[in-house]
Amino acid sequence: MPDQDTQINTSKNPIRRFLDASPDGTAKTVTVALGLCLVASMVVSAAAVALRPLQERNAALDKQVNIIQVAGLYEQGIDVAKSFEAFEPHVLELSTGEFTDQFDPYKFDDRAAADDLTLSIPLQDDPASIGRQAKYVTVYLLRDADGALDKVILPVYGYGLWSTLYGFIAIEEDGNTIYGLQFYDQAETPGLGAEVDNPRWKALWRDKKLRTEDGAGELAITVAKSPPPEGRDYYVDALSGATLTSRGVDNLVRFWMSERGFEPFLKRVRAGDI
Amino acid sequence: MAQTYRSMLIDPMVDNNPITLQVLGICSALAVTSSLKVALVMAIAVTLVTAFSSMFISVLRSQIPSSIRIIVQMIIIASLVIVVDQVLKAYAYEISKTLSVFVGLIITNCIVMGRAEAFAMKNPPFASFVDGVGNGLGYGLILMLVGFFRELFGSGSLFGVTILPTVNNGGWYVPNGLLLLPPSAFFVIGLLIWAFRTWKPEQVEEREYSIQAVEAH
Repeated sequence: MPDQDTQINTSKNPIRRFLDASPDGTAKTVTVALGLCLVASMVVSAAAVALRPLQERNAALDKQVNIIQVAGLYEQGIDVAKSFEAFEPHVLELSTGEFTDQFDPYKFDDRAAADDLTLSIPLQDDPASIGRQAKYVTVYLLRDADGALDKVILPVYGYGLWSTLYGFIAIEEDGNTIYGLQFYDQAETPGLGAEVDNPRWKALWRDKKLRTEDGAGELAITVAKSPPPEGRDYYVDALSGATLTSRGVDNLVRFWMSERGFEPFLKRVRAGDI
Repeated sequence: MAQTYRSMLIDPMVDNNPITLQVLGICSALAVTSSLKVALVMAIAVTLVTAFSSMFISVLRSQIPSSIRIIVQMIIIASLVIVVDQVLKAYAYEISKTLSVFVGLIITNCIVMGRAEAFAMKNPPFASFVDGVGNGLGYGLILMLVGFFRELFGSGSLFGVTILPTVNNGGWYVPNGLLLLPPSAFFVIGLLIWAFRTWKPEQVEEREYSIQAVEAH
């Protein structure tokens, strides 16, 4: 191995001459830095580009599994893509509660829409701490064998203690009874806030009502330590040891079920228009 | 240094363990040990990153300008970590969701930098690779031990399989909530260091001071 401190280079080969040069010279420092950055960035972008299709498929699959689960149709080992065909996706305009043909429901990206300045509105009064609310969201309809509406699956999200919780809420065809609530993306404290994923807690949501008087009255559903005056039908017991996560879930459910969320759509569900 | 490959691989397990002796890499050891599955994936990821970054740095060691040596090491380590993160997202989506930010934080894991700076800059590529694997495994060993206690007593399960049925799920075991929170790893690691040093007293550091005996007047 040639001595690295040798400054006199006699080799004709420029690569050899470069390798033999002292690594501490300015020219060599710059070249090594540039070369390394170039190689490293190529490796990183190659990995990102090559693996993106797989990653997107995973994320999409995970979401589909959650939609199937929240509708109560999931069993171990089912063909997710096939089961998911039972669900009818629609892009919904929140303010009117009408479906829109503007976007392809199979391609519409809810999270991108919530960040898009033209497709979302900034929130002043923001109980769910989401900053901007999309004007359009993808909802999923599940119909029974006769084509009558069975359940609607609505995306909800909001801030808990550490993270934004993303989930789905399944509502029965009466537009007022909850079938299930499930979060597919959250990073709350394991064992405390992350118990929102506990099947026993999720089971508490079954058959709770959103509004009093079969949907005509006030929004009453709440996650709290004790039942509201409206009664136990509107009450989900808060998670013990996770006050802030529970409050976050309470806020986000109440926000998304309010007039500013899905209420215009749920009105139509209750009227039997869907 | 007349180290054999065998000793490079075995020494970091107990005699020169990066966590219990060198007390490096504590941050991620706190964060990812609440369940064994996550700890295992993290251990594998760190082992791969340490081994390959040491190897690449060793290959380049005579060409790395000393003025930017740390940055060069960081670029190599960071690139490898991003690749690992992307692979996890593609092939182990569930686990990458749980590990989330901690894979990215391998970059700041002192063990990786420590081995690059202390070993790979002075030794040939294959030896550096073996040294990286050894240190990664030593880190992984502690991670698994800590994970074992935290998952068993914190959630009553091992690798997600219920061992002690918890009260939340209708069983009898009241889980220790503290063990699910990161600070509990300090206690477990502290107890492990105690156990290791009782077993191998030569690991006990010399006191930095000694109390002088004063004769009574």
